[in-house]
Amino acid sequence: MRPNDRSYLKSHEWCKIDGTVATIGISDFAVSHLSDLVFLDLPNKGSNVTAGESFGEIESVKAVSDIYSPVSGEVIEVNKDLPDNLEWLSQDAFAKAWMIKVRFTGKSADLLDGKTYDAHCAAEG
Amino acid sequence: MRDTALKTVHASLGARIVPFAGWNMPVQYRGILDEARVVRSKAGLFDLGHMGRVRVRGPQAESYLQRLQTNDASQILPGRIRYSMILNDQGLTQDDILVYREPTEWASKGKEFFVVINAGNAVRDLEIMRNVASGFDVQVIDQTDELGMIAIQGPLSQQITQRLTNADLASLKYYGWTCGTICGVSMEISRTGYTGEDGFEVYVPQHLTTKVWDAFFAAGKQDGLEPIGLGARDTLRHEAGMPLYGHEIEETTNPLEAGLDWAVKFTHDFVGRGALEAILKRGGTGRRLVGITTTSKRCPRQGYAIHGNGEKIGHVCSGNISPTLDTNIATAYVRDAFAAPGTQLTFLVKDKAEPCTVVSLPFYKRSR
Repeated sequence: MRPNDRSYLKSHEWCKIDGTVATIGISDFAVSHLSDLVFLDLPNKGSNVTAGESFGEIESVKAVSDIYSPVSGEVIEVNKDLPDNLEWLSQDAFAKAWMIKVRFTGKSADLLDGKTYDAHCAAEG
Repeated sequence: MRDTALKTVHASLGARIVPFAGWNMPVQYRGILDEARVVRSKAGLFDLGHMGRVRVRGPQAESYLQRLQTNDASQILPGRIRYSMILNDQGLTQDDILVYREPTEWASKGKEFFVVINAGNAVRDLEIMRNVASGFDVQVIDQTDELGMIAIQGPLSQQITQRLTNADLASLKYYGWTCGTICGVSMEISRTGYTGEDGFEVYVPQHLTTKVWDAFFAAGKQDGLEPIGLGARDTLRHEAGMPLYGHEIEETTNPLEAGLDWAVKFTHDFVGRGALEAILKRGGTGRRLVGITTTSKRCPRQGYAIHGNGEKIGHVCSGNISPTLDTNIATAYVRDAFAAPGTQLTFLVKDKAEPCTVVSLPFYKRSR
């Protein structure tokens, strides 16, 4: 059971809303399926992200994957130590390994609650 | 999707299973980088049930193979194996294969052959093999279903495998094969592999595959033998400079530009020979396969553009994180003028140029 205090995209990003700020990361399911992470590219503070579009890239030994934004808005904070500490993603995907904070103006229409996302992961295997 | 005989074994080992060339195959067990390191330092066990295994029988087996493939079958000694290719009329690569000539002690007295082909090309290969066979007194027998295939690779392979078999492995040469008893049954064992390490591949009567796999683990546990998935297999073969169909070689490449001319012998009339001779005559295709290393954190991936002097001069075939070299490596086709080792180029990640350098292949060679 994954945290129910936040929303998820089917592409395995999570987003936790606090007032007008959304904290965004990727789920433990994504991390375990990527495995052997080697590189993370995050946007700069002050840049804009769009719901449903890629805001960063994560590279594992065999593949590069886009990271999609659950919300639209301006990036107000970046977890800048994360790219050098990728092990945080496998240790604590839902807290320490947050990626960006966005002052959001809109949300994706495709957000799932924790329970629905759990079922989606179970179906993906 | 087909399953190999080891399906339940993989599940019990916690493998991540992915579809590959029509088969459900383990891509990794514990982690690709760790698995690659185990093979370089100790030994690893691979399920190769997906590879195509074909027997070539009959009085004209040798002359048939001379037509089918690029290496000189008449020069393969009994009990020895050669790397080779099947081409089409245009000299383009249909598959890369291993050709095994039976030892003289066997029933064929060294006159018949065994061929191992890629899973992804097996259907097409068998069609080509049967078409070419119509002109010869041979039988092409697909044994993929009746034989399993297990590889052990790594520096400890011989000592582990020797605990299982009466075959004299110390005297078995690299790219040689023989018969040995394993689990009480006689089976074929070759000293071959796709990792750049010493190792063996065993062709197991299908119903014994799980038993032989378990026997390897019982024999190798004390030495740290571990199961290895296709992910690490790809990393290992790439470090060792071995091509992979669909990457360095495919239907749009010929063996000359791929640097595989050593496996092409113009001593016999193989399919595609005329086209290759024409290419040689006009001085090649203008491009060649090279190795690339980079100081960038980004890994050059298949399909990425390679730039030199401000324009696109090539593309990446395979890219990998190399745990052995501790850097990112790639193979790429580049124009001849940019192919010299030491040439500074860039590769494009989306539209950002990252620096890279041409190096000679292979990236890794084991000390013998």
